[in-house]
Amino acid sequence: MSLSLTNRHSWFEATARARINGLLDAGSFSEILPPAASQPSPHLAQLDLPGAFDDGVVIGYGRLEKKPIFVAAQEGQFMGGAVGEIHGAKIVGLLRRAVEEKPAAVLFLIDSGGVRLHEANAGLIAISEIMRAVLDARAAGVPVIALVGGSCGAFGGMGIVAKLCSAIIISEEGRLALSGPEVIETVAGVEEFDAKDRALVWRVTGGKHRYLMGDCAMLVDDDLAAFRSGATEFLAGWAEPAPSLASLRARQQVLKNRLAAYATYRDGLQVWAALGVAEPESVPLLDRDSLVALKEGLPT
Amino acid sequence: MSLKDILDRLFPAGHAVNVANSVITGQAQTAQGPVAVLGTTDAAAIDHAMALALADFILDTVEQHPGRPLVFLVDTCGQALSRSQELLCLNGSLAHLASCVDLARRQGHPSLSLVTANAVSGGFLSFGLMADQAYALADAQVRVMDLRAMARVTKIAHERLVELAATSPIFAPGAESYVRMGGIEAIWPTASAELLEAALLAARQAMPATDQRLGCGLNRGGRQLAAGIAQAVQHAGLGA
Repeated sequence: MSLSLTNRHSWFEATARARINGLLDAGSFSEILPPAASQPSPHLAQLDLPGAFDDGVVIGYGRLEKKPIFVAAQEGQFMGGAVGEIHGAKIVGLLRRAVEEKPAAVLFLIDSGGVRLHEANAGLIAISEIMRAVLDARAAGVPVIALVGGSCGAFGGMGIVAKLCSAIIISEEGRLALSGPEVIETVAGVEEFDAKDRALVWRVTGGKHRYLMGDCAMLVDDDLAAFRSGATEFLAGWAEPAPSLASLRARQQVLKNRLAAYATYRDGLQVWAALGVAEPESVPLLDRDSLVALKEGLPT
Repeated sequence: MSLKDILDRLFPAGHAVNVANSVITGQAQTAQGPVAVLGTTDAAAIDHAMALALADFILDTVEQHPGRPLVFLVDTCGQALSRSQELLCLNGSLAHLASCVDLARRQGHPSLSLVTANAVSGGFLSFGLMADQAYALADAQVRVMDLRAMARVTKIAHERLVELAATSPIFAPGAESYVRMGGIEAIWPTASAELLEAALLAARQAMPATDQRLGCGLNRGGRQLAAGIAQAVQHAGLGA
């Protein structure tokens, strides 16, 4: 799966539209509410801030290996991919449509810091609506797959949304958490979390850590084609289960065990050692394939 | 108002509620039968242990008391801000809690939440906003962030935000804004058994509960765009 760097098309650096084009079958994507049929946020205009006609999220439908797919892609380059009124409503509408039309999956390309503060109340309620709509789509049998590898990661309410999806496919560059390190540093102090220590930030929130811990189903290279083949492979082996008490009980037990074992740790290095990684300090240096092999060899 | 006062007023027929680590769990009597009472107090910063305690109680209720209503009491200043909490994927535990509330709904448990003091961002998302309907006491603080912090992060003058907050429910903190936006059903002047009974009855009658917040936000003039956009997306013609 590893590619030479020159053949890669970085997911991290790509725009939302470029990610969709690289992800779906060539030429299969059609946008719903394209910029020409949409309007920028009046709430940003009221604050004299520039808007975007797509309000920072591209939604539509297309095909993945010929299967019908719905897709929502957040644009991290616009307002940090944050969720405002229009942005959120587009995603909610798409997920509700998926309940009716039952595509093979909804691919959710998350690249967002969470709520757009300039529209804070609209953003928070929209994220709550997205949470319920994700669970409704899944209960209707439609898998919702989160793809995380953009510059804004999946933070705040969008971190919660990502974990409500059927699975998360993440790259090493992807980050997944609730509060951003900057927020923690501001409130709790630099001793608690030094947001400028990039290596530490990745050991706490980065794709490799989340994959080793089992919070993300797949780790892929930072490459459009790798996300495409990862999503294809995941969907081929996945049937969306009905929500059940048994599955949530099982999840509850996993989370309890993990909290009991690791609650005092403050660095990925400590968790990886406890997971059975012989040389935890080597983890940040491993390429994707070596890390996947390492995880598959860990005691369960 | 203390938690005990709130419980006494909501459940004059009796309640047996335990508080541990700021997490409320227990049972109470209403004219419509027993209800499960759960939530947080003391402006709790929700962490893994709290989220898992709430999730455990919901799963027990689903298993042992089919159909019993869930009454969430919300007092949270948001999520715990710490590196060790993030290391273990705090968003994952909050999502798990939200999934448990959602399962209860699907299994026929009506639910409502009452913001008793504070409801802030992630803590509010994980259970209060997952209930069929959310309500708030009149003096409750509901927000993503206060305006001073918002001014600092957005680099927009605090005076400008205060000025806009006076007319825009889109970002003005406060329960009243959330009512206009459709996120909170109504504000209660005080904790009252009558209002609770009426809300429980409404929740039962609305089953199976669907998410009506977009329409509410439109009808109340708070979110004038979202409902129309979601509709347009749902009904747009597919060309291919």
